Amino acid sequence: MSLLVVDPGHLTLVQDAGRPGLGAQGVGAAGAFDRGAMRQLHALLGDPPEAAVLEVLAGGLKLRADADHRLAVTGGIGPVHVDGQHVEHGRAFVARAGQEVVVGPIELGLRTYVGVAGGVEVDPVLGSRSADMMSGLGPPRLAAGDVVEVGQPAHPADVEDVPALLASGTTTVAAVPGPRDDWFTGDAVRTFFSAEWTVSGRSDRIGVRLEGPTLEREVKDELPSEPCVRGSVQVVSAGAPVVLGPDHPVTGGYPVIAVVLDDHVDRLAQVRPGEIVRFTRQTSP
Amino acid sequence: MKLLPCGDRAVLIDCETLDEAQGWFAALHDDVDAVLGARTVLLRGEPSALRSLVDRSEPEDITAAEAGDAIEIAVTYDGPDLADVAEHTGMSEEEVVAAHTGKPWIVAFGGFAPGFAYLVGGDDRLVVPRRETPRTSVPAGAVGLAGEFSGVYPRSSPGGWQLIGHTDAVMFDVDRDPPALLTPGAPVRFVEA
Repeated sequence: MSLLVVDPGHLTLVQDAGRPGLGAQGVGAAGAFDRGAMRQLHALLGDPPEAAVLEVLAGGLKLRADADHRLAVTGGIGPVHVDGQHVEHGRAFVARAGQEVVVGPIELGLRTYVGVAGGVEVDPVLGSRSADMMSGLGPPRLAAGDVVEVGQPAHPADVEDVPALLASGTTTVAAVPGPRDDWFTGDAVRTFFSAEWTVSGRSDRIGVRLEGPTLEREVKDELPSEPCVRGSVQVVSAGAPVVLGPDHPVTGGYPVIAVVLDDHVDRLAQVRPGEIVRFTRQTSP
Repeated sequence: MKLLPCGDRAVLIDCETLDEAQGWFAALHDDVDAVLGARTVLLRGEPSALRSLVDRSEPEDITAAEAGDAIEIAVTYDGPDLADVAEHTGMSEEEVVAAHTGKPWIVAFGGFAPGFAYLVGGDDRLVVPRRETPRTSVPAGAVGLAGEFSGVYPRSSPGGWQLIGHTDAVMFDVDRDPPALLTPGAPVRFVEA
């Protein structure tokens, strides 16, 4: 049971729930950037929470089925076809042996998730099948000619369809100030929570880089390197914020002005270069 | 010690010294997902539960690790920031190399990337700031300086450290046990390749 990669598109990675809990060894969690979209796939295909899926950046993935497979597509939205026949987003479909599944250019959002009943089977590294672009742990990005092994489908589907999680326009996420908001001027903190930030084209799974007003530091010392989390908003020396993604380094040397609520980080998996992000202030829980 | 907010799934213990942070890490890392920094310990979980855990805990006493045989790392000192480091420290490039190889370093803590170790205890004159803008890609094996630390990039990654050389040493290997070449407390000596 497998799928042949005819074309990997711009960048397609195997992702799962990641490898949490290894930070003390310097190993980051990685895992699907949009975890909500991955959970939808698990529900649509009856796969367990640890099943691996494909994370497709910007589209362009072409797969050929070697046998009959049940698949589904969630997350970023674009045209998806099986041998030229359009299939719906957020609903399981069958690709027969020899048929080609094509994920077209993503038009809304940035990352589409493709699941196959039984899950993607690759050898786990330190307990996870997730590709970590920072550390290089886990399977390499898919390449043309790769054969993606598929596990045995185990369970009936939980749901028949799932709603799209995306809306067009500005993406707003809530963030808790700190741990280093006091390293910035009061104006900088206010600016951070009021400005419209433009997503930089240099964004990736390590961090979503934002362009906008310069955030002035109150404390200009070097920050002794400290651990950070998915969603930490680091402000690099040039005064620009970077929201850390799933492949972020375990520790960093730039002060974190605020941390995006964990559930809201998924939304940042789907922001495209040039789009606007805003932060609303959330008090510490 | 201060407890700082870190979103809705973690808190950060902020300490005065590395020793104090190591003490908190030692006290708590068996009970909770904890990561050590230079002055901080990240605890993952529900923030109010973590706050009460910290309230009823004490940092452990950390005794200096026994100095065993130093791990030798052979370095070719040809880094792109060697001249900048020399200028910043007021030394010649040769003196920077002599300072970096002259005194053994100790692994303080891991982090940043698998196999990356923050080394402390080197020559005091080598304290330099990070680069104004981090590089989007630093090659594997690059040997750098930042603040009071030295370190070796285990694989190609973004990074803001001042690069003074490179090594062929394999810093991290998932098929090795332990995978990291450098583990906390280990003495390290850089030698010229």
